[in-house]
Amino acid sequence: MPRKSYRQAINEALRQEMERDPSVILMGEDVSGGTGAPGEQDAWGGPFGVTKGLYTKFGPDRVLDTHIAEVSYIGAAVGAAATGLRPVADLMYVDFIGTCLDQLMNQAAKFRYMFGGKATTPLVVRTSYGVGGNGAAQHSQALYPILTHIPGLKVVLPSSPYEAKGLMIQAIRDNDPVIFFENRALYDTMGEVPDEPYSIPFGQANVLKEGDDVTIVAFGRMVSFALTAAESVQKLGISCTVVDPRTTSPLDVETILETVAETGRLVVVDEATPRCSMATDIVSLVSTNGFATLKAAPKIVSAPHSPVPFSTALEPLYLPSVEKIEAAILAVLDKAPINNAA
Amino acid sequence: MIAAIQLNRSELLDAYERMFAIRTFEETMRREFAAGSIPGTVHLYCGEEASAAGICMLLQHGDMIASTHRGHGHCVAKGCDIEGMVKEIMGRRDGLCGGKGGSLHIADLTKGMLGANGIVGAGGPLACGAALTAKLKGTKDVSVAFYGDGGSNQGAILESYNLARLWNLPVIFVVEDNGYAEATPSGWAVSGSQVRRANAFDIPAAEVDGNDFFQVYDTAAEMIERAREGGGPSLLHIKFTRFYGHFEGDAQTYRGKDEVAEARKRDPLDVFRNRVLDAALLERSELEAVEGKIKALLEDAVIAAKNSPFPDEADLLTDVYVEY
Repeated sequence: MPRKSYRQAINEALRQEMERDPSVILMGEDVSGGTGAPGEQDAWGGPFGVTKGLYTKFGPDRVLDTHIAEVSYIGAAVGAAATGLRPVADLMYVDFIGTCLDQLMNQAAKFRYMFGGKATTPLVVRTSYGVGGNGAAQHSQALYPILTHIPGLKVVLPSSPYEAKGLMIQAIRDNDPVIFFENRALYDTMGEVPDEPYSIPFGQANVLKEGDDVTIVAFGRMVSFALTAAESVQKLGISCTVVDPRTTSPLDVETILETVAETGRLVVVDEATPRCSMATDIVSLVSTNGFATLKAAPKIVSAPHSPVPFSTALEPLYLPSVEKIEAAILAVLDKAPINNAA
Repeated sequence: MIAAIQLNRSELLDAYERMFAIRTFEETMRREFAAGSIPGTVHLYCGEEASAAGICMLLQHGDMIASTHRGHGHCVAKGCDIEGMVKEIMGRRDGLCGGKGGSLHIADLTKGMLGANGIVGAGGPLACGAALTAKLKGTKDVSVAFYGDGGSNQGAILESYNLARLWNLPVIFVVEDNGYAEATPSGWAVSGSQVRRANAFDIPAAEVDGNDFFQVYDTAAEMIERAREGGGPSLLHIKFTRFYGHFEGDAQTYRGKDEVAEARKRDPLDVFRNRVLDAALLERSELEAVEGKIKALLEDAVIAAKNSPFPDEADLLTDVYVEY
């Protein structure tokens, strides 16, 4: 099985779907990066190189560099989706969602419902998120809970290259508006990715590891942190189930409840800030629907209620870490924390 | 491309029917709202008929319009089903939007009506998107973005000018300037001029007397043809008056004492009637026949709507997604 990066996996998904369906177009800031400039036309292939080569292959009618004016081009993607195209629009950093939230929240999300089922808006918005690279407060957020809250939108968080390709193909084929969250720290990570197109259904969690003692639910980049923590506590005789919901909307609550019914203990790992988050949402769903199965109060490992700091001394303290996840696993089992100083 | 004055009899009657249908529809909604048969609120288009009629007469079902909160006029002029509209505004199950949208979100994409919109200025980008679809599919369809003097200040609109020009989109921006953004006059809120704003983006623009169907039609025709032939965007600044408030219930104390009475002296329906009768383009009896037909249509629609069922509880959660 060939190994590809998360970045390549998404590129492949886009290319294969664009080959299959001429109504799929890309638009965003620097998705080609260089259109109209005197030098190389496909110079960037996106700010993170994800769309490199697609302008060269498909041309300016399918890969459109936009001006820096999100309301107009995200809104144009919404309008185009409602009238027969299948656009994949790029919102460079999810931190920029404030500029164009109306077009997603009040327009794309609501057309089908407000128009009595007589509109279809097959839009994909790719966006990047996550702490890292000292991006600081306005370039590091994980705002998927805000989009998850909005009925009419679907929200996807691929955790690996394999997930990224399959979920992107699904997103493009899906007939509802989908917000696709790419964690920037994952772009260079490698994994096995089939060459042929495949899709991963939404609303189906992936159980990566099965154990008896604790269920860990994690998203995006946090999935690999959770796996590392699970492997580490195995040495202490603790076995964990690790669940990656893949999509926060729709959310596979059933699988989460099933695994918690087996273990009785829940740790949720979420890189986003803690108020009104996916972590609190999942803890609430489990508490209200699976209370009798819980042997201990659920634990959340998340960022603090604070903007993301800049300094190299502070940024690592902000992100949930493997150590913090291990500590939460021990705490939910009512075990003493490991004394790392010893 | 022929001038409006050269339209044949049946076309002129079509124009009159559209305008009279809008007027009658809105007056009927006003009456029904006052009687308590309409939930929420309505924003009436009376006084603005020549804009919707003059422009929508030039469009087909494949041409998309993005409307405003004051959307009934655009909806009627675009050929949407009048009975379906009344049912929708009264929240009935077989309304145009299943009773799920109401006045503020009234739409029919099959007729190229991308919806009334509760968000001022949101239609600018949406119309750009519809124009992008037309351009990339090579259909020669155009799109029209309607917004008001108030909406013209939205970032969404100004960004849309840039996008439309850069991508040479077949979109016509129509500023329906009735002199007020809710209770704030355009003189207080709009800097520069609509035409110069468009020209600053290299978009050709013109200002017309919105009470005159013929002016609206002729100017819009040129802009629509430009768009169809690949010439890109234009802006049409329509100046007119709304006879009623921003919404029904608006006491309009911010208007001058005789302002509306003065405006009614240039009622677009009178301007049209006088022109076609004076030039013997149509007979009074033909106009009256249209009027009779439309009045009966509206009365029947109201009766049908009032006898029409409401949505069921099961309809509450339908169509949030195509599939979830």
